[in-house]
Amino acid sequence: MLLGRSANGIYWMHRYIERAENMARLVDTGLRLSLTQAGTASDEWASVLTSAGVRDVFEEENSDYDTATVSNFLLRDLKNPSSVMSSMETARTNARMVRTALTRETWESVNEAWMALTRMLKRRIDEPDLPAVLDAVKRETALIRGAFQGTMLRNEIFDFAQIGTLIERADNTSRILDVKYYVLLPSVAWVGSSLDNHQWQTILRSVSALRSYRWTYEGDYKPTNVADYLILDRRMPRSLAFCYRGICDSLDYLADAYGVRHPCHDLAAAKFQKLKSATVDDIFEEGLHEFLKEFIHDNGALGDQVAADFRFY
Amino acid sequence: MTHFDEMRLGGQARPPYEDYQSWFGRQDPKRLSQKSGDAERVFRRTGITFAVYGDTEAAERLIPFDIVPRIISGKEWRRLVQGIEQRVQALNAFLDDIYHRQEILRAGRIPKEIVAGNAAFLPEMIGVRPPGGVYTHIIGVDIVRTGEDEFFVLEDNARTPSGVSYMLENRETMMQLFPELFQQVKVLPVENYPQLLRESLTAVTPQGCDGSPTIAVLTPGSFNSAYFEHAFLADQMGVELVEGPDLRVVDGHVAMRTTQGYKKIDVLYRRVDDDYLDPLTFNPDSVLGVPGIMDVYRAGKIAIANAPGTGIADDKAIYSYMPEIVEFYTGRKAILQNVPTWRCSEPDSLAYVQEHLAELVVKEVHGSGGYGMLVGPAASKKERAAFAKKLAARPGNYIAQPTLALSTCPILTAKGLAPRHVDLRPFVLVSDRIRIVPGGLTRVALKKGSLVVNSSQGGGTKDTWVLDD
Repeated sequence: MLLGRSANGIYWMHRYIERAENMARLVDTGLRLSLTQAGTASDEWASVLTSAGVRDVFEEENSDYDTATVSNFLLRDLKNPSSVMSSMETARTNARMVRTALTRETWESVNEAWMALTRMLKRRIDEPDLPAVLDAVKRETALIRGAFQGTMLRNEIFDFAQIGTLIERADNTSRILDVKYYVLLPSVAWVGSSLDNHQWQTILRSVSALRSYRWTYEGDYKPTNVADYLILDRRMPRSLAFCYRGICDSLDYLADAYGVRHPCHDLAAAKFQKLKSATVDDIFEEGLHEFLKEFIHDNGALGDQVAADFRFY
Repeated sequence: MTHFDEMRLGGQARPPYEDYQSWFGRQDPKRLSQKSGDAERVFRRTGITFAVYGDTEAAERLIPFDIVPRIISGKEWRRLVQGIEQRVQALNAFLDDIYHRQEILRAGRIPKEIVAGNAAFLPEMIGVRPPGGVYTHIIGVDIVRTGEDEFFVLEDNARTPSGVSYMLENRETMMQLFPELFQQVKVLPVENYPQLLRESLTAVTPQGCDGSPTIAVLTPGSFNSAYFEHAFLADQMGVELVEGPDLRVVDGHVAMRTTQGYKKIDVLYRRVDDDYLDPLTFNPDSVLGVPGIMDVYRAGKIAIANAPGTGIADDKAIYSYMPEIVEFYTGRKAILQNVPTWRCSEPDSLAYVQEHLAELVVKEVHGSGGYGMLVGPAASKKERAAFAKKLAARPGNYIAQPTLALSTCPILTAKGLAPRHVDLRPFVLVSDRIRIVPGGLTRVALKKGSLVVNSSQGGGTKDTWVLDD
């Protein structure tokens, strides 16, 4: 038995924890690029902002796309609803609201993460301190995940948490790909020339997949490989297919537990089926940008359908 | 004024404190102050915080915790329990009477107008008999001590007493900080309170409920100052924590919106005030309650703890009649004394109070939380003059009591142990029988000489030990 409001709280708590972690990863990528590609750094920061979906908010009050301004905006600006600090605030508020659905360990890990990051992000972060702060964000969110995975019962609460995490992650991965989709398109200019390696690295690094990609593809950087890896490879924990396998698993558990299937089950299953049967060539043929645009839209719609089917409101 | 120190600081400890004092003597003061800091970190991490209304600077504050326990012997406790049981029985009998035949008014033992003109008296409850016949299920009786055998009841909190989560977390914290201490001193456990609360609520399940009842705790929401406690109790009992918008009346029952549709609730432990409980019956602007819940209640389809309208029993104007009330319903003299009280509504009393303002504590009849009161001896001339004006304008709004020489119990300060005034709030559960865990919440005034123990006014808390002797 779970209150609809609690399911909603758990879902958003996990979306925001995932978001905080993704933000830190995006800043990490931007920082990396600003260190290696001095000339184009501001372009890269602009695309980081676009990937994060907060470029409009940023431009309301800022005009400099330098490392310090953008990273502070992404990490600690409370006017940015997706900044690490805003995300942690929202995650904790939700956790507090659903306190009774969480184990003590999970609640305390969220509360402690919030306390540590509030302290750390109170003042403007100087560039030399950025790596330590980013590590702290990743560590704190990893601790929450660990406490959650290690102590929570595998019941409906767990499933709503999984669905929240994975919908957020799929959204993040698809946005990162969409911002850079043009880099992946096979073009005349690319054929036979050595491609801008840092563009690949940007994409892979921002989903923590650079090393694993090298192992999987033996260092062979090809646009189809990168797209295949991040969209279709079910072993890769940030790929769209991985996320949808997890979402479908959790929705199926809920269907078993409640003895009823909802429209959201069909939506998720159809999307997963598509990711399972498609090849990367199909996707390129359909148009990578079109594919991603549709995916981002449908992924959002799935979230709304889950909320409606399980009476979040 | 001399004060009774419960530990007898500086000399041979009083018997209940002997074992503790000898342990304390062996401790390194540095280590103790370090432990004190550890305690604060535990509370922060756990999120045992409260919100102070009107204080935006510190949205979440900790109630300071002092690591020196307040110790009560088994013998002292047993006497208190007798007095408390007698009192809560009388309170429930009074409520039943006042909402039915009003024998006590007919007998002229308390004046009619004190009930009729009282905002805490709910006409909607007239003739309603709650499930199990219980009105006030959870009571926090505030007790102060002035001497070896002198205990007084300061207040009966019969609406929605708070603080029990601190009783439990204080003990938990002490056991974490000083496990060896609990091996040397035999302290009675309090940790089964949530289980007793659940049993007690289950025992007032409305008739016609098949199987085990569904219980829920109703909170005003996560911005309420006592939200932590609401969540804590629901969690510890293993029941849902609900908010007004989760609930609605479905097929004659109150039901909560779950991921699988609406599910009926049989027993509601509400931490929402009467006024907000049902917008159809009381405050129409309330979004914290459930429209129509009073109809369900009157139909006997849900138990509400505490019942609406119990405030008439802990009203400060009624308080002064508690000795008569106890005697009227139990046929015996009250075991626990009331603090002598002047009702300023009575001209003679008012005159006395006005003359002796510098010695008295004057309280608002409907106030709580230490707000709107005057502690005569501690107030400045100017404050007293200002208060005298308010008193003259609305005498019926005030009662006055002598400034009691509240007992002290030591706290740990930077310079070692120092005496501070304390009170005690044991928590009592009433349903098929009375359940009281051995302990309670000890509140302590942290400022030297201060008599105000309320957490909203700079008070702290202590773990309260009842010895197994």
